[in-house]
Amino acid sequence: MPKFDWIKKVLVLGSGAIKIGEAAEFDYSGSQCLKALREEGIETVLVNPNIATIQTDPRLSGKVYLLPVTPEYVEKVIEKERPDGILLGFGGQTALNCGVELDKKGILQKYNVKVLGTPIHSIEDTGDRERFRQAMLKANVPPLNSKSATSVKQALEVADEIGYPVIVRVAYTLGGKGAGVARNAEELSETATRGLAQSRICQILIEEYVGHWKEVEYEVMRDYADNCLTVCNMENFDPMGVHTGDSIVVAPSQTMSNREYHLIRSTSINAIRALGIVGECNIQWALHPKSEEYRVIEVNSRMSRSSALASKVTGYPLAYIATKLTLGYLLPELINKVTEVTTACFEPALDYITVKIPRWDLQKFKNADRHVGPQMRSVGEVMAIGRCFEEALQKAVRMLDTGKVGLVCNPEDDESESEARIRNAVENPTDERLYKLVKALKMGISVTEIYRLSGVDPFFLYKIQNIIDMESRLRQLNLAEDSASEVIREAKRLGFSDEQIAICQKTDEYTIRSFRKSANILPVIKQIDTLAAEWPAKTNYLYLTYGGDEDDIELKSGISKVIVLGAGVFRIGSSVEFDWCGVNTIWALKKNGIQEAIMVNYNPETVSTDYDVSDKLYFEELSVERILDIYEKENPMGVITSVGGQIPNNLAMELSERGVKLLGTSAQNVDLAEDRSKFSALLDQLQIRQPSWSKLLSISEAKRFAEKIGYPVLVRPSYVLSGSAMRVAYNETVLENFLKLAAKVSRDHPVVISKFIDHAKEVEVDGVSDGENVLIGAIMEHVEYAGVHSGDATMAIPPQALKVEVQQNIAKCTERIVKALNIHGPYNIQYLVKDDVVNVIECNLRASRSMPFVSKTRGINLIELATLAMLGKKIDFVKLSPMTIANHVGVKVPQFSFMRLSGADPVLGVEMLSTGEVACLGENFSDAFSKALRSAEFSIPDRDGSVFISVGGSIERKRRVVPIAKAFVDLGFKIYATDHTADVLCESGVAAVKLFKVKEAGVSPNVLDYLQERKIDLVINVPIASKQTNYSDILTDGYIIRRQAVEFNVPVITNLQLAQALVDVLKHKNSNGNSIRSLNEYMDDLPWKMW
Amino acid sequence: MVPQHSTFEKSKKAILLLEDGTLFVGKGFGATGKISGEVVFSTQMVGYPEALTDPSYKGQVLTLTYPMIGNYGVPSNELNLGLPLYFESDHIQVQGLVIHELCHEPFHWASTRTLDKWLLDEGVPGIYGVDTRRLTKKLRTHGVMLGVLQVFDTGQEIDLDTVLKDGKNIADPNLTDLVKEVSVKQPVKYGVDGKKTVVLIDCGVKYSIIRNLLKRGINVVRVPYDASASEVLAYNPDGVFLSNGPGDPKKCVKTIDCVREVVDKVPFMGICLGAQILALALGGDTYKLKFGHRAQNQPALDLSSRRCYITTQNHGYAVDIESLKKTPLEMWFINANDKTTEGVKHKSKPVFAVQWHPEASPGPYDTELLFDKFAKTLEAP
Repeated sequence: MPKFDWIKKVLVLGSGAIKIGEAAEFDYSGSQCLKALREEGIETVLVNPNIATIQTDPRLSGKVYLLPVTPEYVEKVIEKERPDGILLGFGGQTALNCGVELDKKGILQKYNVKVLGTPIHSIEDTGDRERFRQAMLKANVPPLNSKSATSVKQALEVADEIGYPVIVRVAYTLGGKGAGVARNAEELSETATRGLAQSRICQILIEEYVGHWKEVEYEVMRDYADNCLTVCNMENFDPMGVHTGDSIVVAPSQTMSNREYHLIRSTSINAIRALGIVGECNIQWALHPKSEEYRVIEVNSRMSRSSALASKVTGYPLAYIATKLTLGYLLPELINKVTEVTTACFEPALDYITVKIPRWDLQKFKNADRHVGPQMRSVGEVMAIGRCFEEALQKAVRMLDTGKVGLVCNPEDDESESEARIRNAVENPTDERLYKLVKALKMGISVTEIYRLSGVDPFFLYKIQNIIDMESRLRQLNLAEDSASEVIREAKRLGFSDEQIAICQKTDEYTIRSFRKSANILPVIKQIDTLAAEWPAKTNYLYLTYGGDEDDIELKSGISKVIVLGAGVFRIGSSVEFDWCGVNTIWALKKNGIQEAIMVNYNPETVSTDYDVSDKLYFEELSVERILDIYEKENPMGVITSVGGQIPNNLAMELSERGVKLLGTSAQNVDLAEDRSKFSALLDQLQIRQPSWSKLLSISEAKRFAEKIGYPVLVRPSYVLSGSAMRVAYNETVLENFLKLAAKVSRDHPVVISKFIDHAKEVEVDGVSDGENVLIGAIMEHVEYAGVHSGDATMAIPPQALKVEVQQNIAKCTERIVKALNIHGPYNIQYLVKDDVVNVIECNLRASRSMPFVSKTRGINLIELATLAMLGKKIDFVKLSPMTIANHVGVKVPQFSFMRLSGADPVLGVEMLSTGEVACLGENFSDAFSKALRSAEFSIPDRDGSVFISVGGSIERKRRVVPIAKAFVDLGFKIYATDHTADVLCESGVAAVKLFKVKEAGVSPNVLDYLQERKIDLVINVPIASKQTNYSDILTDGYIIRRQAVEFNVPVITNLQLAQALVDVLKHKNSNGNSIRSLNEYMDDLPWKMW
Repeated sequence: MVPQHSTFEKSKKAILLLEDGTLFVGKGFGATGKISGEVVFSTQMVGYPEALTDPSYKGQVLTLTYPMIGNYGVPSNELNLGLPLYFESDHIQVQGLVIHELCHEPFHWASTRTLDKWLLDEGVPGIYGVDTRRLTKKLRTHGVMLGVLQVFDTGQEIDLDTVLKDGKNIADPNLTDLVKEVSVKQPVKYGVDGKKTVVLIDCGVKYSIIRNLLKRGINVVRVPYDASASEVLAYNPDGVFLSNGPGDPKKCVKTIDCVREVVDKVPFMGICLGAQILALALGGDTYKLKFGHRAQNQPALDLSSRRCYITTQNHGYAVDIESLKKTPLEMWFINANDKTTEGVKHKSKPVFAVQWHPEASPGPYDTELLFDKFAKTLEAP
C-alpha cells in the first residue's frame, strides 16, 4: 500500500520547552518526522515554541509557529492553515494531550483534520488506567492486579485477593504522596489509614507490588496492515521502583533468556495489536526475577524518550519510519536507511552493548530530595557504546561530566562511610547509588546481600566487581613488568581511561598514553550497522572500542575534514540550544564545501547524534583522550570546540597544547577571556568598566575585600562542598557562613569576590567576528535585574527600556573587546547597566545559550556566519546594525520543572534553575510575552482573578510592590496579602485582605487553605535576598507558600520586575496573542534576512 | 584487599585458523583440544543454549556476533511434554564456539552451570577474546570458510608451525553424511492420545518442532531420515513432516525419494532442510549461499498477502527460485532482503514448506501459526 494520496498538508505538534520528562528527544523525533514528510512532498506546519530546536528551523519545516501547544492556539493555526492531517505522536505527552483535547472539543472534526497513525481511542486506552487494564485483560496480556478501596476494611479484603506485598496509592494527591508498600495486614492497616486521610476523595488504590522485579521495555512498530516488529528491547539496571527515565538502562537486555526475551516480545506485539497502535510505541514490563511471570506496566502510544534512545541504540530511525507508517506505507515497503538495500521490516541485531545513565542536577536545588523513585527527576542522559558492559559503563560514567574519571579511581571514593549508611544508600536509591554499589562491594558486602538490598541483578554486580578488581591490579602493577602491557590492554578493554590508569600508577595520563602507544594498545573504530555485519553499511555511525583489533572503516586522506565537538550531556545550563549550534555548524561546513563534516557527541536525545546529519558520527566521549584518538586517526583540517557549550570549550586549551589544530579563535585568546585576571587587565587597558573584584585565598581576606568594595558582593568559590556554586552576600555573616559551610577556601581553592550591583539591568550581546568585521546579532535586555541567572531571565529583542545612547555604548564596547581578543567565530558578552553606566561582566568566546533565539528572531543564522569565520572566510557582506530594528519583538522565557522536584524552592537567584526555555514573536512586547508565558505553562490569571502578595524585608522594600498591586486592583483583581505587606498596601490605599501565615495554621483565613481551595490565581512572593542563606530555618513561611503554590500549580513570581511585566500583559490581554504568524512570515518581513 | 588475579591472566590459550590462513588468537574455554568444521556466524542476540543444541549446526564452528555470551548460564534439563524445555536436542551439536566475551559469573534462576562448564562437560572447545565482528566481515565478504579451532592446555604455548600446517588440509563436513549423524536410529513414538498422527522424518529435528505438533494434539512418530515411503506410510499417518537438518540437501538421496512418493498421498509440511528436500523431490534445484542466513531477524514476505514476518533462520543452502518453474510448487514467501526463497507451496495439494524455523527456539514465535495451518490440513477429509 503506498501512502494515502489525500494527505497534502500535515500539522505536527511539538513538545514545547525542555522540562523534566520531556526533553530534547522530541526535537530528534520531530525533526525526523518533518524530514520524512518533506520527502513525500507533503507540506508541513509545525507548532512548537521551543526556539532552540532544530525542528523549528524553516529549512526543515514548511511553516513554523512559535506558539503554545494548547488547543486554543493550535485551533487558530488549524483555522489559518487548514491541514489534512495532524500528527500527535512526535511531541511527547504535551502533543498527545493537546490532540486528545482538540478531538474532544470537536475542533478536528470541525476543520476535518484527520489524526494520522494511532487513533484517538487507542491513545485514550493507554492513558486511562482502568481502560488500559480492561484492554490488556481482553488481549490476554497480564496487567498489575489492582483495586480501589474507600475503607481500611475494604483495603484488607482487596489485599487478601491480590496477595501481599501490595502498594497503596493515594488517589488525587500531588507528587505521589502517601504511597507505601505493605507486606502484611498490619502494615496495610497503617498505610491505608494514612492514605485515606491524605486523599481528597477518600480513596486509595491497592496494587500488587512488583518492586525489585526486572524492568524491561520493548519498542514496537506496527503498520496499517498489522505487520509488527520490535526494534529493540532494553533492560533496566535499576529494578522496578525507579522510573525508567531515572534508571540506568542497558540495551539489548543482558540477563533475559531466549524464552523470556521472546515471550515478552510476542506479548508486546499482542498488546499493541489489541490497542490498534499505528506507528511506534513503547511498552514497559515487570518480569519476575525468579520465574517467567510478567506484568504489563504501561504503553506510551507515541515516540518517547525510550524510543529516541532505541533509535540511537540500534541505528534504526524509529521516528522516520513511524512517520512513513502513519502516511499509509507498510513496513516491507520501506528500506533500512543504514544499508540502503535491506528492508525496514526487520529487527536490528546488535554486536555491541549500550549503557544509558541519567544525569541529575538535584544538588542545585535548595531543599530538593535526592532520592530517586517512581517520579522522574533527571534532566539529561548519556549513552555509551562498548563491546562489553564494563567498557560501556565506565565510558557512560565519564560522559556524565560530574567530575568522575570512571566508575573507580575517583578521589572521593576513599571517603569513609559507615556500613549502615552504605547499606541504606544501596537499598534506598539516590542519584549516587551506582557509586554506593561500588563502595558496598569494596567494603566486602556480598553480591547476594547487595542484590537483596538493591534488586540490582548480580550479573551487573559481578561486572562491577571486575572493574574493582582491575583497579587493585593496576595499583599493584609495575609498568616495567613483562606482563604490564597485557594488564593495560585488559584495563582498556574494561573501559579504563588513561587518566584512571595514571591515578593508579601515580603518574599523568600522557605517560600512560605513550606507554600504550608503544605497546600498540589502540582503540579501533567500529560501525553500527543494524545487522551485526551481515550486510555492509552505507552510513557512518561509529564508536571506538578496545574490544576488537581492526578498524571497520577505511580512513581517507587528502580530503577536507572538520571535526565538530557536540554539547555532550544536557544539564541545567546546557541543553538543546547547543545541539542547534552543533547541527548548524555541520550544515554550514557542508555548505562551504567541507568533504567530511564529522560530529563527536554522545547524547542520545539529540539531532546531532542522528547518523545522517553529519558525514561521520562518532558516538563517543568528549575527553582529551578520546578526541586525540579520533584526531590521530582522522587527521582533519581542524577541530571546532566553540559551538557545544562548556564541555568542548573546556577541552580547547588542552587539545591545543597537545597539538590539535583548533578552528576559530585561538586557545590563547580563549584563555585571555576566561582567565579573570587577564581579562580584567584587558578591560582596564581598553578603558571599559567592570565591577571591582578580587581572587582571595582565605575567608579573612575575603571579608576584608568585601568590606572594602562594600556589600552586597557576589561570591564564587572554586571548590564547593554542597549546594550552589555562587551566592550573593548582603552582609558579612552571610559571606562567612557561606564560605565556612558550603565551600572550601584555601591557597589551592581561591574564592572570587566581586561587587554586586543591586537594581542593575542585565544586557547581553550575541555576535560573530571574522577578526576584522564585528557583527552584533542582537542586544538583549533582561526583564529581571541582575542577580537572576541569565538562563532564568526573561529577555527581549529589541531592548524595551534601554536608551539608544546606552545601546550605542554597548555596541562600541563590544567592538573594542571583540577586536582586542581577535575573535574568529561566535561570542557572547554580558553587561550590567545602572544609571546608564555600562559595566562588563563576562565575555565568552563560544556560542551562547541565546544563539538560536537571536538567530531566529533576527533572521540571520549566526552559527552559519561563525562557521564561515572559523574557516577563515570574511563576513563583511553582512550589513546589519544592532540599532536596525524589526517590526516584531521576540521574548524568551524560562521553563521550570519545580513540580517534579519535590521540596525544591522556586526562588530565582544567581544559580540557574530552569530546565528549558521558549521564545515567541509578537507585534509588541506584551503580545510576545503573553504567548511565551503560556508556552512555558504559566497560566496567566483572568482579569477578575485574585493575587496573593507577600514581600519580605523593610517597609521600604514592601512599598515597591504598591504600584504593582494598584495595577492589579485596576485590572479587577482581588488582593490578598500577609500581615505586614497588607498593612503597607492599605496605607497606600490598596485594599488587601489579610491572610494568616502558615505557622498560624488553623486560624482562618489561612493562606494555605486559600491555595488548596484554588482561591488564589497568582502568588507574588519576593523573599528577602539577604536571608536566602539562612541554613537553620529553611522552613520559612515564604518557602512553604511558594512550594504549596507549585504543588497546586498556582503560578509564582518571586521578582518585582517580572510582576510588572505581567501587569503589562494583563493590561493588553484583549489584544495579546491574536497575531498568528509563522516564523517564516516574520523572517520574510526582514529586509536583511539571511536564512 | 588482595584482588584475585583476574581470569584473563590465567586462561588457556586458543586459536581459530581459517582456510585462507587468517589466524585469530584468543583464550580457550570448554574442552581442550582441536576440532575443525565450517565456520559460520549467527547474529542472534539471545538463545545460545537452543542454538548450540540445534542439530542443523552439525559440522559447523559457530560464531556468535553478539559480543557477550553466557550471561544467563545454562539451564536445567527440565522437561515439557517429555522434551527438554531449553534445548533442541540431547547434546551440543556445534563443533566449536567462537565468541568475543565469555561470562564467567552468570546469574539466572534457571541456570545450573556456566557455559564454560557445559562445553567442558560435553567435550566441545570454545574460543573467546576474538574480534568476532572482524571475523564476521571476513565470512560475509569471502563466504563461509573451513577452519580449525584449538584450545591448548593451561600453560601450553601455541605451536604456530603445527597450527598453520593443520590449516592447509581441513576436511569439509559438507562432503560427509551429516544428517545420518544427527538422525534418530530407530523410530520413536511421542503420544498425546491425539486423534491425528504425523510421521516426522528426522533429518536432525529440533525438539521444538515435535513440541509444536504435540501441543496441537498430534501424535508424532519420529522415523530415521532414510525411512522409505512405504515404511512411512505404514504408520497410516494423517500427515508427514520433514524436519530441519545440517548440510547439503542433495546428500539426502533416500529422503528425497521418500518425499517424492509421500507428498502425493498425505498433507505435508517441511522446515528448512525439509523445504530444500521437498523442492529437490519435485524437480527443483538447490544451491549453496555465500554465507547463509543465521539470525532471528530475517524478514519473510508472503507474496500473496504482502504480510511480512520476522523469522528465525539457520541455513546455508537455498531453493533456486528459477528451478521452481519445473515443479508443481509455487513461490510463497521470499526473503525481503536478498530475495531468496523462504517458502513454497504445492499448486494443488496440501503440501508446503518454509525455509525458516516457525518453531522458533531460539527466536520469535510469530509464525507458529504455520503449525496451526498444518494441523488444519490434517483435518481435511
